[in-house]
Amino acid sequence: MQCQKCAKPATFHITDIIEKGKHREYHFCDEHARQHLAPPEEAIEAPSMSEIAKKLVSQPASLREPSPADKQVCPVCQITFLEFRNSGRLGCPYDYEVFREELMPLLENIHGETRHSGKVPRRAPRNTQQQTTLIQLRNELKRAVAAEDYEAAARLRDQIKTIEKEQGR
Amino acid sequence: MTLDDLTKSSGEWLRGTGPESDIVMCSRIRLARNLADFPFTNRASRSEKTEIEANFRAALAHAHLELSYLDVHGLGSLDRQFLVERQIVSRELANSDGPRGVAISSQENVAIMVNEEDHLRVQYMLSGFRLPEVWESINHLDDQLEEQLAYAFSSELGYLTACPTNVGTGIRVGVMLHLPGLVQTKQIDKVFRALQKINLAVRGLYGEGSQASGDFYQISNQQTLGKSEPELIKILTDVVPQVLQYERNARQTLLTERRQHLHDQVSRAYGVLKTAQTISSEETMLLLSSVRMGINLGLIDDLSIATVNELFIQTQPAFLQKLRGSELGFEERNVERASYLRRRLSNGRQPPPH
Repeated sequence: MQCQKCAKPATFHITDIIEKGKHREYHFCDEHARQHLAPPEEAIEAPSMSEIAKKLVSQPASLREPSPADKQVCPVCQITFLEFRNSGRLGCPYDYEVFREELMPLLENIHGETRHSGKVPRRAPRNTQQQTTLIQLRNELKRAVAAEDYEAAARLRDQIKTIEKEQGR
Repeated sequence: MTLDDLTKSSGEWLRGTGPESDIVMCSRIRLARNLADFPFTNRASRSEKTEIEANFRAALAHAHLELSYLDVHGLGSLDRQFLVERQIVSRELANSDGPRGVAISSQENVAIMVNEEDHLRVQYMLSGFRLPEVWESINHLDDQLEEQLAYAFSSELGYLTACPTNVGTGIRVGVMLHLPGLVQTKQIDKVFRALQKINLAVRGLYGEGSQASGDFYQISNQQTLGKSEPELIKILTDVVPQVLQYERNARQTLLTERRQHLHDQVSRAYGVLKTAQTISSEETMLLLSSVRMGINLGLIDDLSIATVNELFIQTQPAFLQKLRGSELGFEERNVERASYLRRRLSNGRQPPPH
């Protein structure tokens, strides 16, 4: 008999018991038998993001205990904070307002930041767009200074000033 | 376009063209978007999901986007599995319930899932290492949709998503890499650990929770909030060339130190694929991976990369059953797979059966 994974003769015949009454047979050469029997390599598969979120939400001891936040209900979609903790999924956009206090530390944990910097839909109010542009420019300024790129930093500072002036600050 | 038309063609992302396509199978970006006036999918009623779907389809029509909409809710399980194999829909969309679907372009570069975890999951794929080009295209597509649809957005947190792990840009930037050299020289774990340290995710061919198969790995960002889309893309465009260099070094090592062994392995793999009478999906992926590397190293010269790329997808269970036009059991599939491989590889240059 030939190994299931290569052309060498199969010298190992392995029966895995999957669950009671169910089993699967394998026929392998030395090398592939070793691979099959080796413990699964750790952490190659990244856990799904909602799993990470669930873990992060339920980590702090204060949150593991039943807390008033658990019973908090979103008036728009009726989801409770406890339901979110169990599923890792929010019920509607308004939840980001309702559960704000609980979500902000979670976002900090996941992303390392808590303010959007990036694309703004064209429909969004103009001042909102300018605000996020400002955040982005300030971020870039921070990085330019850290990289000692003073030419870029000067240009960014001017851009920021222009937008701030437009907003009447 | 109908589902059966898809069995006669293959996605542009399998063509094996574009920069670095010996290692980078494709570049892919997806955006998570939700309509402002509806609860997220998991909380939406059947009628709300129908309305979301209708709004999206109206937006497609108004924006004059040339995409075909497939009603996934109306498809049988084999057809849904077929779409998963082609990387057009996620397992989650295939296996969920209620009104849902996907809009795709004729070349399969664009796939917009409706009523997945978020109302819209916009995906754009191109063969080779071309992330900036992919971003330009998907950004434009997103603008066109946004002219018709009001997205859930806050100036502070950006695009609001069902899972807080996607909030902000809602972007996932990824590349699918073929890394047989790093696997064979046993350096792959080291590379993964380094990537995970800089907060990048590594997944198998079929995404979250799937086993890496055929030595294909997808690398993508995890952070979505606090950095702009170009900044997140830059993380990938900076690190991927290093991974490519490691893979090329590994292949060179194999060529110089174990040339005969490598040539033998590649030739045997090709031989088995051309002649087997019954073959499992697992063995097929393993052997195709060897053959793919063999072509790139000049050890096989009568077979195109595009054909091998296609075979990774077209030897999957649902494709074979669609091709055959009937459901097949495990053993029957293995026979069908071997027969299909023999046909496609018989003289190396034969085009796919039309």
